[in-house]
Amino acid sequence: MNRFSKFGQYGIFLAFALICLVLALSTPKFFTISNLLIIGNQVSINALLAFGVTFVIITGGIDLSLGSMVAVTGVAAASFAHPDTYPLVVPLLVGLGAGSAMGAFNGLVITKSKVPPFIVTLGTMTIGRGLALILSKGRPVSNLSDEFNFIGGGNIAGIPFPIIILLIAFAVCSVVLNKTILGRYMYAVGGNEPAARASGIRVSRVKMWVYTICGLLSALGGILLTSRITTGQPNAGAGFELDAIAAAIIGGTSTSGGTGTMTGTLIGALLIGVISNSLDLLNVTSYYQQVVMGVIIIGAVVLDGVGKKD
Amino acid sequence: MSDYILRVKGISKSFSGVKALDNIHFDLKKGEVHALMGENGAGKSTFMKILIGLVVPDSGEVLLEGENLSGSHVTETLKKGISMIHQEILIIPELTVAQNIFLGREREVSGKGGILSGWLNDSEINRQAAALLDRMGVNIAPKAKMKHLSVAQMQMVEIAKAISNNAKVIIMDEPTSAISEKEVATLFQIIRDLKAQGVSIIYISHKMDEIFQISDTITVLRDGKYIGTKRAAELDQNALIAMMVGREIDQMFPEATQPVGHELLSVKNLGRAGKFANITFNVKSGEILGLAGLMGAGRTEIARAIFGLDHWDEGEISIKQTPIRARTPREAIDRGIGYVSEDRKGLGFIPRMSVKDNITLSSMNNHRKGGFINTHSEQSVTEQMIADLKIKTAGTGQHVTYLSGGNQQKVVIGRVLLASPEIIMLDEPTRGVDVGAKFEIYKLIRSLADRGMAIIMISSELPEILGLSDRILVLSKGKQTALLSKAEATQELIMRYAVA
Repeated sequence: MNRFSKFGQYGIFLAFALICLVLALSTPKFFTISNLLIIGNQVSINALLAFGVTFVIITGGIDLSLGSMVAVTGVAAASFAHPDTYPLVVPLLVGLGAGSAMGAFNGLVITKSKVPPFIVTLGTMTIGRGLALILSKGRPVSNLSDEFNFIGGGNIAGIPFPIIILLIAFAVCSVVLNKTILGRYMYAVGGNEPAARASGIRVSRVKMWVYTICGLLSALGGILLTSRITTGQPNAGAGFELDAIAAAIIGGTSTSGGTGTMTGTLIGALLIGVISNSLDLLNVTSYYQQVVMGVIIIGAVVLDGVGKKD
Repeated sequence: MSDYILRVKGISKSFSGVKALDNIHFDLKKGEVHALMGENGAGKSTFMKILIGLVVPDSGEVLLEGENLSGSHVTETLKKGISMIHQEILIIPELTVAQNIFLGREREVSGKGGILSGWLNDSEINRQAAALLDRMGVNIAPKAKMKHLSVAQMQMVEIAKAISNNAKVIIMDEPTSAISEKEVATLFQIIRDLKAQGVSIIYISHKMDEIFQISDTITVLRDGKYIGTKRAAELDQNALIAMMVGREIDQMFPEATQPVGHELLSVKNLGRAGKFANITFNVKSGEILGLAGLMGAGRTEIARAIFGLDHWDEGEISIKQTPIRARTPREAIDRGIGYVSEDRKGLGFIPRMSVKDNITLSSMNNHRKGGFINTHSEQSVTEQMIADLKIKTAGTGQHVTYLSGGNQQKVVIGRVLLASPEIIMLDEPTRGVDVGAKFEIYKLIRSLADRGMAIIMISSELPEILGLSDRILVLSKGKQTALLSKAEATQELIMRYAVA
């Protein structure tokens, strides 16, 4: 990207490396394989949501309904994941399908109504929460099959399965953003929507894709969470959207659209994870953790603002 | 000589080496209406900006009642008595008329001191606004929200604001461009009242009849130079036009080398409510059709409609005899139409994307390999285009925002060309482009026509229109007033039809 956002991205790398170094020196428990795997496992859900919302923010939009989509898709998948009922593929398809449908609904309303994405997804955030409660009749959906619970709780060769999902999702999202025409169009739409339209880009179609992908990734996060806590919780995921947006912003995605990278978002998510993990290790209460996180978010945007002169 | 309220002596101003104003003189008497005339690009707006303190001149001085204002900031010139009524009216729509009039001066008007000095006194603000509007003889409620007013009423509010600032000089930039004839009459009455009170008006307009109706004195600028000042009574329309366009056209424009071919685009009775009506023309392969007219004549709107950016209500557009209706730019591009917008920053390119990504943006289907981008073909096509159009850039990865205006324009043209259009519409293709790059763009336009494309060129620069076009369509207020051949067209003739 341009030299300023490049600086911003290196800046976040540097900050991340520096924080890791300080932590490694101050607490011996930090830089152990088991702790690093714990961090990876912990950030996986937030990172998946953050990848989704990165696409959206690059096109100049925003999605506040991520947390609710996590709940709906988790409950929906759990309802089909009781032992000896359906094969594993059914709850997965139901969850992913529900997420994509909700994302597509966001996209449809945004492109057809011209209502700002902030408002539309604020609405679907509430709608989604209601749907999750309706689907589950307000009760947690428990008693899930072992195969299903493996997704969020299992290991392959000692590596937690969520980390493997995270890495695959990261690779796929990076390729979509950098190597496909759709990815190029996302940057164009966010960089200058009228010019993108005048260049012959079907802007509505790009937005439909972006919100649908975001819904799909939220569903993946929802399935992962449900599997990890072995219950479909209608109240799960509240506030997740803010962590995801924070990860994207810390990673250098500009809220005004047109810039951002998946690598940056991954680092952003890891940074959030590392800080809360290490503050835990250092016995800092979670109250202080929130203050630190807030300072980092603002710092990241200030850095981004410094780079933007046009 | 004390009857001069404002004297401007030898003002010059250059922007990045290009002289926008060269040794301009301007004397304004107390209580006169002084028209400032010139084509687009003659330097009027830079001159105005210097008067109100938005631009600092390189040399020369501005004297208001003998006091040197050069280098004063806008707020100072305003306080000292120079107000401007802008062409696009600057108001805050959600505030009331009274609040707009006294915006930024609430403290003085509220008239409270000490602990209450931050306290608004809305009834006093409303009272003073009512008195002011009453004195002007206009019927506008001070408590009405600005957004509910007509353009003419907003203008009156702006004038009221100027008066409340004790303006000695009021600059009016195209004040009648968006108001009805009846409202013009009201405006002129107010101008005459202001004159009688000793306020001086600098009046900018393209409308000849108005100029002769309202102004006492006329000063003409051309190409940033002072041409002359005459009493309005000493001039007639022809003499004034001759003063405005009197330059010689240099040999900047390449001649056609290929004969004109068959018809590519035809437009019949095209109309859009409130914008343009009954537009009929065609363009042939190898031909350049110039679209001339003043700002707001409907030229850009016609191009946007053909390109699918705006809808249109009536008539027919055909490409090679087949009627089309492009509802989106994508459809227009697929039908072989290209559009280089006048609004380069808004509609031309994506600033934070590279030259390569911008230039291939309309033709990504040529670089599709499965769902992925074929970066190799993209790269080679871009390098070829950079060479063909002589785009000065640090490389294919350079962000377009860092290129000069002329090179940005070439990137946009490159993007349009890569979508293989047969018909290209260029809207003010050389606006904001320096003279050297202008010449290259002229050569490029001619060579595209020689390659068999049909070109529609919209331009406010008459020399450009005359030099490059094979035929010229003149528009005035959304209507087609003339279709001239190259042989019969002159600057005077075009101007006459453009103000018809």
